[in-house]
Amino acid sequence: MSEVLTPVNPVEPFLRAERMPHIWCPGCGIGTTVNSFARALIESKVDLDRVAIVSGIGCTGRVAGYLKLDSFHTTHGRAIPFATGLKLANPALQVVVYSGDGDLFAIGGNHLIHAARRNIDLKVICVNNLIYAMTGGQTAPTTPGAAITTTAPYGVYEPAFNLPALAEAAGASYVARWTTFHVRQMARSMQEVFAKKGFCFIEVLSPCPTLYQRRNKMGDGLDAMKFYKEHSRTRNGAPTGEVGLTRDGEIVVGKFVDRDRPEFRDLMRDRFTHQLGDRYVDDAEMAEHPHCGGEDGA
Amino acid sequence: MQRGSVSILVERCKGCGFCVEFCPTKVLALSSAFNSKGYHPPHMVKPEKCSGCDLCGMYCPDFAIYGWKVTASGS
Ligand SMILES: Cc1ncc(C[n+]2csc(CCOP(=O)(O)OP(=O)(O)O)c2C)c(N)n1
Ligand code: SF4
Ligand code: SF4
Ligand code: SF4
Ligand SMILES: [Mg+2]
Repeated sequence: MSEVLTPVNPVEPFLRAERMPHIWCPGCGIGTTVNSFARALIESKVDLDRVAIVSGIGCTGRVAGYLKLDSFHTTHGRAIPFATGLKLANPALQVVVYSGDGDLFAIGGNHLIHAARRNIDLKVICVNNLIYAMTGGQTAPTTPGAAITTTAPYGVYEPAFNLPALAEAAGASYVARWTTFHVRQMARSMQEVFAKKGFCFIEVLSPCPTLYQRRNKMGDGLDAMKFYKEHSRTRNGAPTGEVGLTRDGEIVVGKFVDRDRPEFRDLMRDRFTHQLGDRYVDDAEMAEHPHCGGEDGA
Repeated sequence: MQRGSVSILVERCKGCGFCVEFCPTKVLALSSAFNSKGYHPPHMVKPEKCSGCDLCGMYCPDFAIYGWKVTASGS
């Protein structure tokens, strides 16, 4: 007799089944990133009662609503401030920000650089489809030069952000980039950041056949996946200044930064303890018992 | 002996072809049949080649397929 060892899809326990099928287009890569994230949750053995997912608005922002975890679908660009509050109020939580390139680097760009500067312990996963997808394909700060968008019918001429370089320069402790072709490497990075303290940033290039590729005659989702396979080069430790993206050029992937900097709460505790001595009581302990605290004002 | 197999939720599939393209042993092909939304879900064309590696499951953006290992039990 044969025996089935994996009778359910590993991602299934993490999905809100009643919300399936999801709204993402055929060949959209966002769902693929969710598969890697589910594997990372399993492999890292994190306590699922202590994981919170925070998304902004956009196609990627839907992730929070589809995951059966404590999840928050916040306002556009404000996933990081929301996540910062969560993490400060309950430091025992693993707080994951899962959002789009526009949400995190356009309207929310200021929040991102300051969270990285403070090195607050957030795990940020940015699905970069090079466009504002949900609103109809407008130019994002990530759209590479010469790409056609709704708002750049003759092609984009302004320079794009290099996200890993920006995250590193602002102070991130961990910076990696993969594409949706790199499902295993992406899962490993997602797993790794659960064990890393400080601001962690993972960029995942992902197909948007509907609103980025169609206008640029780049085919469907599968064509984008094949492009990633053919044009990616793994360079762990590559200087982030060298990993900027172009419309049709090489995609450098890998883990670029893994360093230790003091985390925001540690800095806060050190400063207050230095200044106030015993009068300062860190509320981290209270957060260990979230149901019996509260009235002491922490 | 077949070492693995896949389960397919045909109604979730959107026919993107990721699973077919990235299966290391080319077990799958999109079928000519339609699901109720008009997409062509995959089916196994070389089931004996399936290792149950679940790469198809990791790629599928619609959570519509997954692979699993078959082991011979003692009984
Ligand atoms: C304050 C505010 N401004 C603008 C919008 C419109 N809006 C919704 S999603 C979005 C861009 C989303 O782009 P991105 O974060 O890259 O997500 P994607 O859809 O590409 O995954 C914009 C501009 C909004 N919802 N709220
Ligand atoms: S518009 Fe683009 S990003 Fe949004 S669901 Fe469709 S393919 Fe995905
Ligand atoms: S489980 Fe692995 S070998 Fe089997 S169909 Fe899926 S990708 Fe191919
Ligand atoms: S990857 Fe998923 S959605 Fe795409 S063809 Fe295969 S089963 Fe269908
Ligand atoms: Mg986007």
